[in-house]
Amino acid sequence: MTEYEAVIGLEIHTHLKTRSKMFCACSTEFGKQPNSSACPVCTGQPGALPVLNQEAVNLAIRCGLALNCTINKKSVFARKNYFYPDLPKGYQISQFDLPVTSNGFVNIQLPDGAEKRIGITRAHLEEDAGKLVHQGAEGIEGATASHVDLNRSSVPLLEIVSEPDIRSAEEARAYLDKIKSILQFAGVSDANMEEGKLRCDANVSIRPAGQKEFGVKVEIKNMNSFRAVERAIKIEIERQKQVLTTGQTVAQETRSYDEAAGRTVSMRSKEESHDYRYFPEPDLLPLLIDDAWIDRVKKELPELAEQRIRRYQDEHGISAYDARVLTLDKAVSDFFDAAAKLYAGDKKSIVNWLTTDVLGYLKTENLELSQTKLTPENLVEMLGLIDNQTISGKIGKELIVQILKTGASARQLVETSGRRQITDESTLQKIVQEVLAANPQQLAQYRSGKTALKGYFVGETMKKTKGQAAPQLVNQILDRLLKI
Amino acid sequence: MQHLTLKELQKKLRGGETTAVEAAQKVFTQIQKHEPVVKAYLQTFEKDALEQAQKADELLRSTNGAAADKQPLLGIPLAIKDNMNLLNTETTCASKILKGYISPYTATAVQKLQAAGAVIVGKTNLDEFAMGSSTENSAFQQTTNPWDRARVPGGSSGGAAAAVAADECFGCLGSDTGGSIRQPASFCGVVGLKPTYGLVSRYGLVAFASSLDQIGPLAKTVADAALILNVIAGYDEQDSTSVKQPVKDYTEFLDRDIKGQKIAVIKELLGDGIDDAVRQTIQTALDGLRKQGAIIEEIAMPSFKYALAAYYLVATSEASANLARFDGVRFGHRSKNARDMLELFKKSRAEGFGAEVKRRIMLGTYALSAGYYDAYYLKAQKVRTVIKQDYNKAFARYDAVLSPTSPSVAFKFGEKVNDPLSMYLSDIATIPVNLAGLPGISVPCGTAGDAVSGTVGDAVSGATGGLPVGLQLVAGEFAEQKLLQIAAAVERGSRFERIRL
Repeated sequence: MTEYEAVIGLEIHTHLKTRSKMFCACSTEFGKQPNSSACPVCTGQPGALPVLNQEAVNLAIRCGLALNCTINKKSVFARKNYFYPDLPKGYQISQFDLPVTSNGFVNIQLPDGAEKRIGITRAHLEEDAGKLVHQGAEGIEGATASHVDLNRSSVPLLEIVSEPDIRSAEEARAYLDKIKSILQFAGVSDANMEEGKLRCDANVSIRPAGQKEFGVKVEIKNMNSFRAVERAIKIEIERQKQVLTTGQTVAQETRSYDEAAGRTVSMRSKEESHDYRYFPEPDLLPLLIDDAWIDRVKKELPELAEQRIRRYQDEHGISAYDARVLTLDKAVSDFFDAAAKLYAGDKKSIVNWLTTDVLGYLKTENLELSQTKLTPENLVEMLGLIDNQTISGKIGKELIVQILKTGASARQLVETSGRRQITDESTLQKIVQEVLAANPQQLAQYRSGKTALKGYFVGETMKKTKGQAAPQLVNQILDRLLKI
Repeated sequence: MQHLTLKELQKKLRGGETTAVEAAQKVFTQIQKHEPVVKAYLQTFEKDALEQAQKADELLRSTNGAAADKQPLLGIPLAIKDNMNLLNTETTCASKILKGYISPYTATAVQKLQAAGAVIVGKTNLDEFAMGSSTENSAFQQTTNPWDRARVPGGSSGGAAAAVAADECFGCLGSDTGGSIRQPASFCGVVGLKPTYGLVSRYGLVAFASSLDQIGPLAKTVADAALILNVIAGYDEQDSTSVKQPVKDYTEFLDRDIKGQKIAVIKELLGDGIDDAVRQTIQTALDGLRKQGAIIEEIAMPSFKYALAAYYLVATSEASANLARFDGVRFGHRSKNARDMLELFKKSRAEGFGAEVKRRIMLGTYALSAGYYDAYYLKAQKVRTVIKQDYNKAFARYDAVLSPTSPSVAFKFGEKVNDPLSMYLSDIATIPVNLAGLPGISVPCGTAGDAVSGTVGDAVSGATGGLPVGLQLVAGEFAEQKLLQIAAAVERGSRFERIRL
């Protein structure tokens, strides 16, 4: 059987965090009344002309710097021509052969801890289209009516195109995570997929391992979450392997990911693909960026993820791995910074709680940190209760889920549930003695040299106290009683 | 009164010798009298115009005419070509696809006219989307040439030129992509100025070819054109291609003599393909310039032979994108026979656009297609660069270059409309100017075969004798002052007299 290698490149579209649209003064605010953020320019009225939003350029430069790109001194806007009801002018103003930034890279972490560099071909500015809302069907096909909302029309986008350096669905996910983190830290975009502020298409091909030439490329669209991107790529790689192993050839085409069915479906073949007839946008002058402009943006550049990772290691002695995990999501990293300021103890314990319990919860519940009720204050309050032995860490693990869900104070939860830690030595000693008495066989084995059984006695004591026994104290008592 | 020039009316209004209301009334009387034949206007705004005129009179009265210092066009009846937006008025571009479209905003140049106190009397006819050289491509009506109703007024600003020639307004804004101001000005015996690309804002002008389009005045005299240019010129932050230039007074040089000015006559534009009558009239005008002390020499512009081809690639390519927004979705004509999205696009456009517009959209779409871009669009852009270089060489030695505006005088209806190539050729002298982005002006310099000038104003004349001939002057970028200075000298030196309907 031939071994195949996947070759993947991602195209990420991200909304830029500007107050006004790309070519007019309309607001970019999300969730407004349909067509309330519209003017002659962004609705494509005859005779209206675009005027470039300087802030969009600032953010593009900022993003370019964060992605280690070259900022091109001269870039050119181009018209990308196609007809669709959500595209008011019948063309999208984009960039084609001269993008604002190009030739960058990011480093991603592989599962084995090694770093891998993924090249960035280019990141270019373009405007978004409007949004269609259909009645009677999911899409425009078969709909009884379709409505156009032009609030999103001409919202600034940056399209980040990677080199075909990605080799697996997992790497694609790691790359996406990384880009999202960079966009958030640089203050370029909220990069949130739910509001459509980040969208991703994937180019996937496979080739026999060791072969230099690329295989036939398939573009996958309609992936609505990071998880969907990962899954869709995995599914597409498998599909292409199937095609090749049965002696067929992969067709160059665009496929749509059907999440419910767990498969990709052909949208259009190469022959049906659009000829966008790009040509330089005559209504806009070439975009000229001088060194002074770049320097200005550099000065305003916020602390990026890489800098935070270094800071976490230097200031708090956090491991490189944990520092990376913390900075994957800016919200998590900001949360850590806020909690670290409030917490007098070892900051590593904040890291432990965040990276294991909190992130684990977010992953299983498929939530963003901001969608929970956890605050730096209520986390630090709980850590304090553990430190002064009011509760055990084990109880903390139960409490944190409640806090995430309800935002309740840990102290109150302890008081109302009575799940305070048993720290009274005589009470605890009595319980331990009962445990030893109830397990004579294990006690005998321990005494004959199987000292690992100490853990068993700890466990039994915790069970008996419903986890409320202070573990350190249990250990001390056991050590004393078992010596006898 | 309606036969006065803008400058004369300005003086009379300021001096209290007449009123804006009277001027407007005279214009509307003239319109009522001659529109049945001339058909220059697609719509007029009599009620609004008279109200504005009244307000202008109040201002003039209460300030003893001083209000005109701040508002130089106060109370002057002007028109605009119907491809410019004016808030709450229908803007059709003489196309069925925009029938019923009400402008949600006003074009910058029109707004400037209004701010200067002008009274907008109506919107004039044009070739659909400004594509044509005879105004025969209007979907709504055929404008006739006031000099001869059997002849076209030129195009695409044919309505504008006819309205000015017929004294149905005191000046009009036109747009010029390849000669659309200058050629109809030449055919109708009025002055037409296409400013340097970027001098006047294009915001609100429905785009035909964005890198070539420019708004400019059609006027009764060179001085009138300068007065209108004074108002509409200047940087506009809503048009990124408008240029930050210090504001100038374009009337400043009009009375200066042209002694020692060096003018180059373009050899290629006085040879084959140019009507004898036109050539002779131009020669006479040249004598007039020499008499005024100008130095006239002949130069060759070898790149001009590629201009027409380059123009029809660049202009149509840009047009194919500019006209994509007319898809039946948000405004304008929507087909009632469409069953799905694709049919909506196809049928709305098939039903809404006329033949010439379709021809140019197809040509432009083809030129931009994958595999053809380099050979057509890119090559055409290179030709533009070469043409600019040829002009630059000329302006290193000359103050202006000169040619006929059009190879012929006004032609007859139907003469060229079914032969696109011959129609395209009537812009041979004007097109290179747009490709180079330079200012150009057409000034009437006489009538063809002055010996038969008895036919002037003849309703249905067959001969070309007596029809106006336009002389085109072109100057360097933003050298409008010099251009107008020489144009005024042409005007002074010629025996041309405006028609009086």
